[in-house]
Amino acid sequence: MLSEGVENFIEDPNFIFPELNLSQIKPSYLEDFLFSMSLIRAAEIKIAKAKKNGLIKGPVHLGVGQEAIAVGVSKSLRDTDRIFGAHRSHSHILGVDKDLRKLFAEVLGRKTGFSAGMGGSMHLASKSKGFMGSVPIVTGTVPLAVGAGLASKLQKSSDIAISYLGDGATEEGVFHESLNFARVSNIPVLFVVENNLFSSHMHMSLRQPLNTINRFAKAHKIKAKLLDGNDVIEIYKTSSEFIKNMRSKPEPYLIEAITYRWFGHVDWRDDIDVGVARSKKDLLNWKKRDPIKRLRDAMINKKIWTNEKQLNLDVKVKNLVEENWETAMKDDFPDRNSLLDNVYKDD
Amino acid sequence: MIKTSYSEAILSGFDYLLQNYPEVFVLGQGLWSPWYVGNTMKNLDKKYGKERIIDTPVSESACTGAAIGASICGMKPIVVHPRMDFMMYAMDSIVNQAAKWSYMFGGQLNAPVTIRSIINRGGSQGAQHSQALHSWFAHIPGIRVVMPSTVQDARDLLISSVLCPDPVIYIDDKWLYNETDILEPIKEISLNSVTPQCLKKGDKITIVSSGFSTLLALKASTFLNRVGIGAEVFDLRVLNPFNSKNILDSVLKTKRLLVIDSGWKACGMSSEVITSIVEQIPTNTLINPPRRITLPNSPAPSSEVHEKDYYLNEEKIIKFINAYYVF
Ligand SMILES: Cc1ncc(C[n+]2csc(CCOP(=O)(O)OP(=O)(O)O)c2C)c(N)n1
Ligand SMILES: [Mg+2]
Repeated sequence: MLSEGVENFIEDPNFIFPELNLSQIKPSYLEDFLFSMSLIRAAEIKIAKAKKNGLIKGPVHLGVGQEAIAVGVSKSLRDTDRIFGAHRSHSHILGVDKDLRKLFAEVLGRKTGFSAGMGGSMHLASKSKGFMGSVPIVTGTVPLAVGAGLASKLQKSSDIAISYLGDGATEEGVFHESLNFARVSNIPVLFVVENNLFSSHMHMSLRQPLNTINRFAKAHKIKAKLLDGNDVIEIYKTSSEFIKNMRSKPEPYLIEAITYRWFGHVDWRDDIDVGVARSKKDLLNWKKRDPIKRLRDAMINKKIWTNEKQLNLDVKVKNLVEENWETAMKDDFPDRNSLLDNVYKDD
Repeated sequence: MIKTSYSEAILSGFDYLLQNYPEVFVLGQGLWSPWYVGNTMKNLDKKYGKERIIDTPVSESACTGAAIGASICGMKPIVVHPRMDFMMYAMDSIVNQAAKWSYMFGGQLNAPVTIRSIINRGGSQGAQHSQALHSWFAHIPGIRVVMPSTVQDARDLLISSVLCPDPVIYIDDKWLYNETDILEPIKEISLNSVTPQCLKKGDKITIVSSGFSTLLALKASTFLNRVGIGAEVFDLRVLNPFNSKNILDSVLKTKRLLVIDSGWKACGMSSEVITSIVEQIPTNTLINPPRRITLPNSPAPSSEVHEKDYYLNEEKIIKFINAYYVF
């Protein structure tokens, strides 16, 4: 199953998608998508600036440009679902838990953060919202998400598991084992592959025979769809359909979402990428496919949105980011004597 | 004389091997980018071609296994894992296959692979991006574990590792990359002849360490010498098979033993060194109980507050010696 034009999207840098198709989507949903994507973007740009200014100690992997995927998927999730991410997971956690203070505090290493200041950007969790953890070992959480889906099945719940991973992560053997096991055991896990065409400095063409990965789903008889990852509506429609199916009949699904990251692999620069010069032209072309602008333009065209409403949204987002940042900056660091806490849960 | 840095020394080791041994090739992640490996692989792809210097997909398990397979069939591959933590996906190939290939087939076949693994920690990178697991590998018969601490060894032991007919894990440490020294001309040395090296003479305490910890031990010993405590510093160099002879002689002289290790304590290299020595010396040889300085018993913290307490430094070593040893 291919959504139309996605192949052009990858192969032809000048290909610009037609307007988003908003029909059958409630305006309140559209506004929510617009708000969520804008909030995630603004939060990450704030983090980029702070990293540049030396306020953040650890590495940060930013997903600016990729917001539509987590926002589209999260709309169909509930707090009892089980979500796993990786190193580039700010959007994944904010998709289900919009607590900016917790994200900022964590990135700043403060004890009010998502992981009590013990994780930083690369280790995020929010148990009450179903976000069971994101970590930087590539593909590390993929089998865990399979296990989370298995648990849900054994617990006779209709909760499902989400495994967010990148194109690079499909190169680890455990990804393939996970797909096979999820298939033969009919485990309710949705693999969401964010294919941004890069694994750190290496383009897909240097790493795999094709630029897309949905062939792996076919090999394991897993229903899959290749999507324009910068179209929040497509992501929402497909994921909500898959998730609805999974809740009534447990089995795995896969979404491959083609997208692009605007910043380099790690930290704040967009001009160099882990030591390798990025093509400015490619980046500019991809910026024309901005998932936020595409939704906004379509909403304005359909008279669901106005420039005035947009101004209000911008102000609201800006205030949320600034207020939460200020608060997080004043938060305390973990206690120095807590180094050995939680090594074992039962101490 | 020109000084060479530790990272340049690694590069020159690669250069020598690629130049002189057509069966040498290198594969691993990040070999075409300075991001992962610093300048230790700089321009090798341009000089020797992308067929011999292979930047790979994110597939540690397959790449390590493939290198082992190629090594069984006449090549001398070097696999590069830009961070030791990433190599965990390759454990089967290393522990079940490479380590045992010679033994299982009665010496008919062997796996002369070199697995270069970089210790890269600090900077709030946290629990999965910080580990120093040399002790683990040193537990396995059939694998040689090499951990250069000096600039000279960074180059020479890389060459020895690759020329060795056994599988070798060569572990270098990013925290050593900027150390510099004047290098001797290259001599090919058999790993069998490489034993713990005495880097500083002394008669009051024997300090044993490896990799980056050796640098700390040397710094601490300089201070100790100034206050009249002659510390004899040994750099392990080869962790497995471990040859304890020089260290034993030293302990019999100094009658005090301290081991500093950048890994954890339990079942670690420090346990091995102390036990090997204690079981060979007469009771009552030691004036003080043998001691070790290791990481605290926790994963590497991300928090900058904790990182300061977590990693070793020379002050901690000096404090420790003052607290536990009577001279
Ligand atoms: C096991 C392992 N190998 C290598 C790495 C180094 N690494 C960190 S992120 C990354 C790129 C992963 O690419 P992808 O899965 O496409 O995610 P993206 O960065 O594009 O979001 C790599 C290779 C790692 N963290 N873990
Ligand atoms: Mg990618």
